[in-house]
Amino acid sequence: MKSLSRWFGRNLIRIYMVLGFTYLFIPILYTIIFSFNDYIKSNLVWRGFTWHNWQTPCGVPNICSDLGNSLKIGLLATFVATILGTMIAFALGRYAFKGRPFVNTLIFLPMASPELVLGASLLTIFINLGFNLGFWTIVIAHVMFCISFVVVTVKARIASLDPRLEQAAMDLYANERETFRRITFPLVAPGIAGAALLAFSLSFDDFIITNFNSGTVETFPLFVYHNAERGLPAQANVIGSSMFLIALIIVLAGQIVSRKRKIA
Amino acid sequence: MTLTVAPVKKPRSRKIGMPYLLLLPGMLWLITFFLIPILTLVKTSVNMDLKNYDPTSAATGSFWGNFWEAFRTHEAPFARSFIYALAATLIALCIAYPLAYGIAFKAGRWKNVLLVLVVAPFFTSFILRTIAWKQILGQQGPVFHLLLNLHLVTYQSHITASAGAVIAGLSYNFLPFMTLPLYSSLERIDPRTLEASGDLYANAFTTFRKVTLPLSLPGVVAGTLLTFIPAAGDYVNAEILGNPSTTMIGNVINAQFLRTSNYTLAAALSFVFMVMIIGIVLFYISRAGTEELV
Amino acid sequence: MSDASTSAKGDLKLTNVTKSFGEFTAVDNLSLVIPEGSFFALLGPSGCGKTTTLRMIAGLETPTTGTIFVGDTEITDMRPYKRPVNTVFQNYALFPHLSIFENVAFGLRRRGVKDKDVTEQVEKVLNLVELPHLAQRKPTQLSGGQQQRIAVARAIVNRPALLLLDEPLGALDLKLRRQMQIELKWIQTEVGLTFVHVTHDQEEAMTMADTIAVMNEGRIEQMGSPADLYDNPKTAFVANFLGQSNLIQGKIVDSDGDSHVVDLYGQKVSVLKRRTVAKDSSVLFGIRPEKLRIQPDSHDKPGNVLIGGKISDVSYIGVSTQYQVEMPWGQEIMVFEQNDDGIPPLDKGDEVRLSWEPIFSFALNGHEDAQAGVDVEPEAE
Repeated sequence: MKSLSRWFGRNLIRIYMVLGFTYLFIPILYTIIFSFNDYIKSNLVWRGFTWHNWQTPCGVPNICSDLGNSLKIGLLATFVATILGTMIAFALGRYAFKGRPFVNTLIFLPMASPELVLGASLLTIFINLGFNLGFWTIVIAHVMFCISFVVVTVKARIASLDPRLEQAAMDLYANERETFRRITFPLVAPGIAGAALLAFSLSFDDFIITNFNSGTVETFPLFVYHNAERGLPAQANVIGSSMFLIALIIVLAGQIVSRKRKIA
Repeated sequence: MTLTVAPVKKPRSRKIGMPYLLLLPGMLWLITFFLIPILTLVKTSVNMDLKNYDPTSAATGSFWGNFWEAFRTHEAPFARSFIYALAATLIALCIAYPLAYGIAFKAGRWKNVLLVLVVAPFFTSFILRTIAWKQILGQQGPVFHLLLNLHLVTYQSHITASAGAVIAGLSYNFLPFMTLPLYSSLERIDPRTLEASGDLYANAFTTFRKVTLPLSLPGVVAGTLLTFIPAAGDYVNAEILGNPSTTMIGNVINAQFLRTSNYTLAAALSFVFMVMIIGIVLFYISRAGTEELV
Repeated sequence: MSDASTSAKGDLKLTNVTKSFGEFTAVDNLSLVIPEGSFFALLGPSGCGKTTTLRMIAGLETPTTGTIFVGDTEITDMRPYKRPVNTVFQNYALFPHLSIFENVAFGLRRRGVKDKDVTEQVEKVLNLVELPHLAQRKPTQLSGGQQQRIAVARAIVNRPALLLLDEPLGALDLKLRRQMQIELKWIQTEVGLTFVHVTHDQEEAMTMADTIAVMNEGRIEQMGSPADLYDNPKTAFVANFLGQSNLIQGKIVDSDGDSHVVDLYGQKVSVLKRRTVAKDSSVLFGIRPEKLRIQPDSHDKPGNVLIGGKISDVSYIGVSTQYQVEMPWGQEIMVFEQNDDGIPPLDKGDEVRLSWEPIFSFALNGHEDAQAGVDVEPEAE
């Protein structure tokens, strides 16, 4: 009895972690299970196992074109936001300049503003300017809210860089441009990659801001939202599950490759 | 020693324009698509007089009058937003802290894999996860069946469509936002400082209270803010997991913008809400003593 | 090539160099010539300006005023990558994402050396530091001592006119440090480059350098060979910072041939005129602890003598015994006695007299602080 309670004491954190991850994955697991449901019209009750939904992931109108929109918007917004955010991070992390408080405030405010306000105010200006709501207004909105997260992530990486490495490169006959290309950038690159991943997942999963600025264009989260009332097709579960699994596989594969390279 | 006067030094040309060049495109983007829209929102919010609202009238509202009117007529959703968000943030903190602590100190070579698992749910789509919760907890779901068999609920009762379900949904959906900052500040703690504390006669609890927690405070501040802000502004959880009496301010603003089309009221509510959030954030940061959040 | 990275050769010459950071003057009107091919050490406590001096030579700081030359080439305002100077950084600053080979090859490649020659030169220098088998490893896979040698190899492979070493052994443990001191000295004679070595460790400076400049508060206190600095300190700071000294307040009362007669609290001793640095009759009379002999007070011995001491502390440390002797005027005098005479050490409380050969004593300006350089803060890491 005593040894049992001691075992609990020693493994408390591990037990807690298992519970925490279980909580995190219950809805995911539910989504995956119900992607195999032989549903009719609404995917609410378990009616039996089928491969059918996985064989016809695009078998519901709009679902795959909406997923395509989400991916295109995500990649585009990530690309632009990562470049712009990284540039700002380098300016903040490597230079002294006037107006730093203004820049810091302008980076901080979008993160401190509710998404609803961001989406609504953007909608106001798009309407005032007579923009056609759709694909590009969504991209613009996503870049806007991703920039701050990129800046924060990359800046942290730059701040953790030992300035002596750059000094050593300059000492070894590398001019400013070469120092950046051969030392600074490769060492900051993992931070930039992390920021890009974060930006993509924020963009891909965004609903609120997109909902304001989408016009008639639909992304995958909008598809789910619009169809939820009528009964969600299991194909939505198929797409949600496979995106989750693909993301998991890509990151784990990257992990294994980088670990192997480290050992070699 | 010769008495030559040292030449006056010219400042080296250090490319003074460089930082501005780097800042320009990103800042321009944020000014055009964040700052100007917010200012436009303020302007929109006084387009009409909210006190004597008449969509056909050309009368504009007063600045403070409209904000006060917007707030006064929607006190309950405002209050609910902040209470739900606060509750959800505290629950998420209690769940995420041990999780982040475990990943930082107990995970060994699984550290990165577990970190990925924390972020991975993002990819199934926020709405899909919320709907999954609705079905898991709903009257046709497994949890309800289990409770029914245990005679803890009857066919008339429900778990969803309640404030508790909304709070649970909020705390679930923003859990990664809480876990990641906590992890990154815990990870920076040298485990030796924890051992040193143990060596200096502190028990596990005292070590946590006096060493671990203070050192991870920046992560707690960042995590609670990143959870509280989106949770307070959310309307999806209240819509899917709530009922008409759990309406949050987000639901009101959303409805005013996209259904009722009272842009003046929607803008005024948005602005009041944003000012309140930023006020809370700044107050919280100054109390927590972490200057540089960005 | 138009830049100085390969062409400039000759002595390093700093003239009236001052560096201020706002109100704080880190280096104060420093003038210094370091001859080509020498092993030169800048020695001083934390914050004395030695690292700032090194960074100005490397081009990582620009002097506020003054000039720096290598031979006939002025390098004062030259960018770091144009200078014929390479640095071994504190904590080494090896590039973590590059292999050892690429770390060492970095400077050669930047100067456009052909691939074939790069390989050859890198292999040669890796052989010199005896680590050719680690070429394909990453820096984090190396031990501290190995990283240190790679840092040296990465710098000397470029054959700079000048090699700067910034506390290069600070991160190593004592035993490894001793070994690396010998190795660095050997490498310097082998490659024949000018080494400028910054350190706060006086033993390290004395072991390796031909010439040491002792720095304090942005100025050079004294410069010379290790033996010269130890035997003929010119300031209280140098006397105390290099080894230990007993400095006793006194007054020159008479002159006798090539000696001064100094009165120390009523007792008369002598000091050679050529070993006296004094502005007026007020002096700090100095004698190193190991030069003192200690005897029971009854004993009689010719030479310079101070009587009336009382042993306040004894530490027996094998090869020698260290005594603290309280003098009648209240000052504690330190004595190191070799345990080579078979006589058992004296005890605490014993009344003793101290004696020495007159040529061993020295006299400094009596208006200086006798405590200067004692207990200076060790390097802040």
